[in-house]
Amino acid sequence: MLYRESGDFKTSYSADQQTFPIRLDRHMVYGILAFAFLVVPFLINDYWEKSVLLPFLVWAMAALGLNILTGFCGQVSLGTGGFMAVGAYACYKLMVAFPWLNMFVVVILAGLITAMVGVLFGLPSLRIKGFYLAVATLASQFFLIWLFNKVPWFYNYSASGMIAAPERTLLGIPVTGAEAPPWMTYLFCLTLVTVFAFIAHNLVRGRIGRSWMAIRDMDIAAEIIGVPPLKAKLSAFAVSSFYIGMSGAMMFALYLGSAEPSDSFGIAKSFLVLFMIIIGGLGSILGSFLGAAFLTLLPVLLKNIMVGGFGWPPDLAAHLELLLIGALIMFFLIVEPHGLAQLWRVTKERLRLWPFPH
Amino acid sequence: MSPELLNVLEVMLNGLLAGVMYSLVALGFVLIYKASGIFNYAQGVMALFAALTLVGFQTGQIPFAHVINTMFGTHVETWGPGVPTFLAIILTIGVMVLFAYLVERVVLKHMVNQAPIILFMTTIGLAYFMEGFGDLMWGADIKTMDVGLPSGASTWFETTTASWAAEGSNYPGMYVDMLDVSAAGIAILLVVVLTLFSQYTKTGRALRAVADDHQAALTVGISLRTIWVIVWSIAGCVALVAGIMWGAKSGVQFSLSLIALKALPVLILGGFTSIPGAIVGGLIIGVGEKLFEYSIGGMLGGATENWFAYGLALFFLMFRPQGLFGERIIERV
Repeated sequence: MLYRESGDFKTSYSADQQTFPIRLDRHMVYGILAFAFLVVPFLINDYWEKSVLLPFLVWAMAALGLNILTGFCGQVSLGTGGFMAVGAYACYKLMVAFPWLNMFVVVILAGLITAMVGVLFGLPSLRIKGFYLAVATLASQFFLIWLFNKVPWFYNYSASGMIAAPERTLLGIPVTGAEAPPWMTYLFCLTLVTVFAFIAHNLVRGRIGRSWMAIRDMDIAAEIIGVPPLKAKLSAFAVSSFYIGMSGAMMFALYLGSAEPSDSFGIAKSFLVLFMIIIGGLGSILGSFLGAAFLTLLPVLLKNIMVGGFGWPPDLAAHLELLLIGALIMFFLIVEPHGLAQLWRVTKERLRLWPFPH
Repeated sequence: MSPELLNVLEVMLNGLLAGVMYSLVALGFVLIYKASGIFNYAQGVMALFAALTLVGFQTGQIPFAHVINTMFGTHVETWGPGVPTFLAIILTIGVMVLFAYLVERVVLKHMVNQAPIILFMTTIGLAYFMEGFGDLMWGADIKTMDVGLPSGASTWFETTTASWAAEGSNYPGMYVDMLDVSAAGIAILLVVVLTLFSQYTKTGRALRAVADDHQAALTVGISLRTIWVIVWSIAGCVALVAGIMWGAKSGVQFSLSLIALKALPVLILGGFTSIPGAIVGGLIIGVGEKLFEYSIGGMLGGATENWFAYGLALFFLMFRPQGLFGERIIERV
């Protein structure tokens, strides 16, 4: 009753093929976007920007990227942190070399550079499968981090070995650096994430997305019916690395402001993004957002309760947080291995039947 | 012999001994993967937890002392002088068996028939949980491990090798840590015991049956759940051995759990399903990364050990995608 598709008639092919064919879905997405673009920028402050909204958007972008590779194409990757580092360092080098370049262009170019690196590290996937591939992608993680630590050209020979984002403006308002107002950085990230989420949504339901899913479900069978594995796997690596690179660039330039390879893009980050897509739902665009929201909000919430609420010492709270996150991950996987997106699907089904279930 | 050649020999010898340490961790992975098809990422944290528990028993710490002190404002730390090493090891084995039982009861029971990636993620969740739990239980400070194993340089070996060098070359002799040598001895013992156990005992045969085929094993009346508890207990004991060795080498602290990352390239190089593979893989990677660091690493800025093992494993996988000793992957459509 509450959620239904009856009475929603399509009279043209374009209406039938639009991104959100069900009217209620469409209205919900418009509503959320209107709220995010028109209301949140007026309410936002430094705390919400730095500890909730920006991390959510950055991780949502990374989760989208990894979900394309792991959820849609079935190639498990543990190199996300390394690719994010590539995006961040490409963004830094571009910002320094071309100060006049528009920030949107810088982030997208950083993504493209990461895509090229991603294709290079995706080559072994043509020969190696499953867990062997997952462990092999760790090679990219460790090698890239080592490279950014050891080659001074990447951090412009700075004494500390760190990279810091110089101030760049967009329409006369600073968007990176310490002076950037919270609403500006937020809107910048939100625009990018929205646009590329729509692109991803349409990519995965088109020809290329279907070829990824065929490879995921059974690569030999897909090859026999005429899906070229080379093209499908490498394009998945390219698109996925493109998203992850953009998220790394956003993380460095807008969220952190400065970065250091081992801490900001270590192996823990790779696992974090993998958790996000598993808890959110493998092979679901919505799931990437839900998983990113869950895993960025949960630590903030736990910290506020334990340190702010009970007044426990931070080190104890940190250990308890680790324990609780581990327990929650196991709990979620036991209760719903298909993730939060599956819960949402079940809820929709319930709402359709409500109040007259079978 | 010339000092250069002896230097290379020394690097190789130390690489072999380091490789044995990697194999110790990889062994635990292989055991669980063979018996249940689970890629157990928590193996490294299990080693950390086992080592923490052992030190805790040895020094007589009160579990959760930090939590108790924070909650009730008390100042309890220890309950006594601690127990002797031998007893502490037995108690720790007991804890690891209990842990294996709980993991099977609370987690794995519900995960039968899930996709391998989901099981893998569950073990990462388990790793987070145990890391937090171990820190809460025994505290996060760095502890020293002393179980009475010999350590330090072997002077006998140093003088012997010094005499091999050409006259008047002033070669100081090779450095070999006694701890590494005893680790190698224990690893060999462990592999022999495991092999004998799986070849000549009833439980061992059941383990091999489960590793071969879950459903066929169930059909002939082997209880899968009991086997899983046994396998996780054995993996826990292997983790304890690894934890003792690594803990004695570099202190019991958080970084101990990262040895899992050192064992992963060993695993893919040797093959997930092969115990000899874990040993040979460990030796190849130990020697390979030490030689690379010695010969080329300096030119690249050092610290190549972080990634070289992965590169080497990747190179081997290009020719044998199932690892050197892994079972041939047969895919049917």
